Amino acid sequence: MLDVSEIKTIEHDVVVIGAGGAGLRAAIEASSRGLNTGIVCKSLLGKAHTVMAEGGMAAALGNVDSRDNWKVHFRDTIRGSKFLASWRMAELHAKNAPARVRELEAWGAVFDRTKDGRINQRNFGGHRYPRLAHVGDRTGLELIRTLQDHGIHQGIQVHMECKVLNLLTDADGAISGVLCLWRETGRFMLIRCKAVIMATGGGGKCWKITSNSWEYTGDGAAIAYDVGAELMDLEFTQFHPTGMVWPPSVRGTLVTEGVRGEGGILLNSEGERFMFRYIPERFASETADTIEEADAWLTDDKNNRRPPELLTRDVVARAILAEVKAGRGSPHGGAFLDIANRRDPAFIKKKLPSMYHQFKELAEVDITKQAMEVGPTLHYFMGGIRVDADTQETAVPGLFACGECAAGLHGANRLGGNSLSDLLVFGHLAGSGAADYIEGRRGDKAAEFNPEVVAKHVRAATSILNRESGPNPYLVHDKLQLAMQENAGIVRTGEQLKEAIAQLTALQPEVDQVKADGASQYNAGWHEALDLSSMMITSLAVAKAALMREESRGAHTRLDFEGERAEWGNANVVTKKGSDGEMIVQREERPAPPPELEAIARATIEELESGTVG
Amino acid sequence: MSKRTFRIWRGNAEGGDFQTYEQESSEGMVVLDVIHGIQAEQANDMAVRWNCKAGKCGSCSVEINGKPKLACMTRMNMYAEDEVITVQPMKAFPVIKDLVTDVSWNYEQNKRIKPLQPGKPEADGDYRMAQEDIDRNQEFRKCIECYLCQDVCHILRDHGKTDVFVGPRFMHRLADLAMHPLDTRDRVPEIVEEFGSGYCNITRCCTDVCPEHINITDNAIIPLKERVVDRYYDPIAMLGRKLFGGGKSSENTD
Repeated sequence: MLDVSEIKTIEHDVVVIGAGGAGLRAAIEASSRGLNTGIVCKSLLGKAHTVMAEGGMAAALGNVDSRDNWKVHFRDTIRGSKFLASWRMAELHAKNAPARVRELEAWGAVFDRTKDGRINQRNFGGHRYPRLAHVGDRTGLELIRTLQDHGIHQGIQVHMECKVLNLLTDADGAISGVLCLWRETGRFMLIRCKAVIMATGGGGKCWKITSNSWEYTGDGAAIAYDVGAELMDLEFTQFHPTGMVWPPSVRGTLVTEGVRGEGGILLNSEGERFMFRYIPERFASETADTIEEADAWLTDDKNNRRPPELLTRDVVARAILAEVKAGRGSPHGGAFLDIANRRDPAFIKKKLPSMYHQFKELAEVDITKQAMEVGPTLHYFMGGIRVDADTQETAVPGLFACGECAAGLHGANRLGGNSLSDLLVFGHLAGSGAADYIEGRRGDKAAEFNPEVVAKHVRAATSILNRESGPNPYLVHDKLQLAMQENAGIVRTGEQLKEAIAQLTALQPEVDQVKADGASQYNAGWHEALDLSSMMITSLAVAKAALMREESRGAHTRLDFEGERAEWGNANVVTKKGSDGEMIVQREERPAPPPELEAIARATIEELESGTVG
Repeated sequence: MSKRTFRIWRGNAEGGDFQTYEQESSEGMVVLDVIHGIQAEQANDMAVRWNCKAGKCGSCSVEINGKPKLACMTRMNMYAEDEVITVQPMKAFPVIKDLVTDVSWNYEQNKRIKPLQPGKPEADGDYRMAQEDIDRNQEFRKCIECYLCQDVCHILRDHGKTDVFVGPRFMHRLADLAMHPLDTRDRVPEIVEEFGSGYCNITRCCTDVCPEHINITDNAIIPLKERVVDRYYDPIAMLGRKLFGGGKSSENTD
C-alpha cells in the first residue's frame, strides 16, 4: 500500500499551473497581493508557447491612428467572434489592454517605436485600425521574457519541468491541493493550497498538423473537467491559415499573420490573388474589392479599405483549403504567400526577421526572393474552461482559469493579436480573483485532501511504468492525432465527427493499458503516456461539442449545416462530467447582452466614430 | 528516405556512454526529427528537451559532432549521407539524463541581476524612446536563452568559473539594461565586481554559436568593458571622482 505521507508536500496560497504569458501575469498579480505563490510548469521557465506568438498584442492605444479606442476594439472582437464572445469579457479586454501593455513597457519590454517615440502599432486581420503593439515578429518572446525577468523578483517560486497530474479538493469540493510529478527525477510532489489558477494553454497536440509544441495536450481543460469544472465552446478550434507546409517535418509551424499585415498576398497556382473571391457579406463594406485599392492601402491605410488577405482567420483558412481542393494549390498542397514582390529585402528582414530566418533555415527558401508555401494549421482553442468574466473563477470553488485554456473572450473565432492581450488582461484578473477568493474565505480553513484519492492517482501514473507490457505511447498518440486530423479538421460533417468519437472510444482501452519502458527519471515515453489521458478527454469534448452545434460559425464549419443558423446564434455548448463519470454535453442559451454594449457591437463604424452610438 | 547512423550519449549523472542507432531520415528533416524518430521507435525513454521546433524557444541545445547547436535548426543535409552523427549533452552543465542537462545555474544568475528601474513617464503617461536608441536593446532581446553561448564560453566550460563570471548570456542582459533608455540604475560597479566582466578575454566563441546572431562580444561585452575602463581607469574621471564623488551621468550617454 502506497504511503501518501512519504510524498514530499509543500504549501502555497496560490498555485498557478503554466508559465506562459497568462500564468506569469497571474502569478505576478497574486504575489503582489501578498500571497505565497507558486508556478508549476511542464518545461523550463521562458519556453512556453507564448514565445511563438509573433505578430503583436492588440490594444487600442491609438498611437498610430488616433481614431482607435476601446469601443472599436470591442466591436472588432465581437464581430470577429461571430457574436459569440462573452460581452463582458470583450469589454474588459478592450478597456484594460492599453494599461496592461504600458505596464509591460515599464517592466522592461522594448516595443518597436513610432516616429514620435511611442509604442508602434501594426495592422492585423479583423482589426479596424493599426492596433498591435509589436517587436518585429517576435512579440511573444518579448512578452514572456519581460514577465519572466520581472516575475523572478516578485518572490514567486517556480517549479520547472514539473507536470500536474490532478487537482485535489476538500470535503466541500473546493480546491485544496495539487498532485505533481517532477519530470527530472520521476518523484511525486503534493502542494497544499487554497486556490489554483489554470493557465495551461490549448490542446493542439490532439491534431497531427499543428503549430503547438508537445506541451499543448489540453491538460488544463481535462484536469479541471475531472474535478467538476465546465468546459465551453470547445467546437471552436482555430486553424491558422498560414502554417508551413514543407518540408514535412515542420508542417504546421506558424507563419505569422504579420506577413500579410506588412503587405504579403496570397496566390494560387495560377498566380491569381484569390482572396477577392472569398469576401463574406458581413465584411464586404470594409474590405477592398479591387487589387488597385488593396495595393493603395499599403501606402495609405486611412483612405483605402483593407486587403482581403486580412479577413478573419477562419475565412482565410477555408479559402486556402477551397483553392487546394479545386486543384489550384501549391506543389505541397497549400497556397503561395508572397512578400518578396511587395516589399524590398531590407524591409522584410527588419519587419519579419524570424520568418526570414525560419524559412531560410528550415525550408531553404529566401522569402525576400521567393514566395512561401502555406496552409492551415491547428493553432488555438477559442473554447476551454468556463469562467466568470470578472474574477475568472470556474464552477469549482478556488479554481480559476485564464489565457487560452479559458473560454469566453474569443467566441467562435479569435482575432490575431487578441491572444497576447488576453493573457495580460485576464492573467491579471485571475490573479486578483484568486486573491479576493482567499481573502474572503471563512476563517482560516486548512487545506485538506483525501489521501486515498492521492494514492489512486499516484498508482494510475506508476502503473504505466510497472505493467509488464502494453501499447507504445507514441503510437497511441499517432492514432489519436489521426482520428482528429481526419475527422475533426477545418471542415467537418456529422458523420466524420461520429467517426472521430468512435475511433477515440475504441482507443480508450489502449490508453488505459499503455506501457512506458525504462526508469522513472526524465522518461519521455512515460511523460507522453501521462499526457494521453488529457488528450483523450480534450479530443472527445471537442468532437462531441462539434457534433452538437449544427451550423457553421467562425472556426466551426459543418459541411452538412452550412451557414450561420439563427437558432444557434445565441447558444453555447457546455461540457461537464456527470455523476457517474460520463461526459455530458449540452446546449445553453446565453443571457441577453447589455443594451449599451450590443449597440456598440452592431453600430456602423461611421456611427461609432461620429459619436452617435456608444 | 535513407538510413542514417546516430551515436547518442545515453546515461545520467552517474555515468553513461554512446549508443548507436540506425534511423530513417527523409527530405527536409532536422536532427531533432531523427532523434524523435529514435525515441518513438527504438528508445521510448530517451530524454531530450524541445518545445517550439522552430528555433524560437531555445530548448533543444545539444552538441552535434562537437558543435553546440539547436537540434531543431540543424538540417540533416548539412551532413554527408554516410557521416555518423554524434549527439551529446552540453558539456558546460551537469547532465541530468541523456541529452538533458541541469541549466538551473543560469536561472540563478538571472535572478541576481536587478530589474529595470524606469524613470517617470511623460505627462501623457507614455514613455518616449527613439527607435534608433533601442535598436541595440532589441538585438540583445532576441535572445532565446538556449545557453549555447554559456556552453562554449571557456571561462565557464573549461575553467568552471561559475562563481565569479555570469557568462555571455548575462553579460548581454546587463548590456541591455545598462543601455536601456529608461533605466536609472548605475550598473557599472556590479558589472565588474559582481558579474565579472573582466574575465571575458574576447575570444568570440559565444558570438559564433549564437543561433540568433547576436553580436555578443562586439555589441555587448566590449562596450561594457569600456564603461568599466572609463569609470575605473580613466585618469581624468578618477580625479573627478575624487573631487566630486561618483555618479552615473558620464556612463549613460551612448
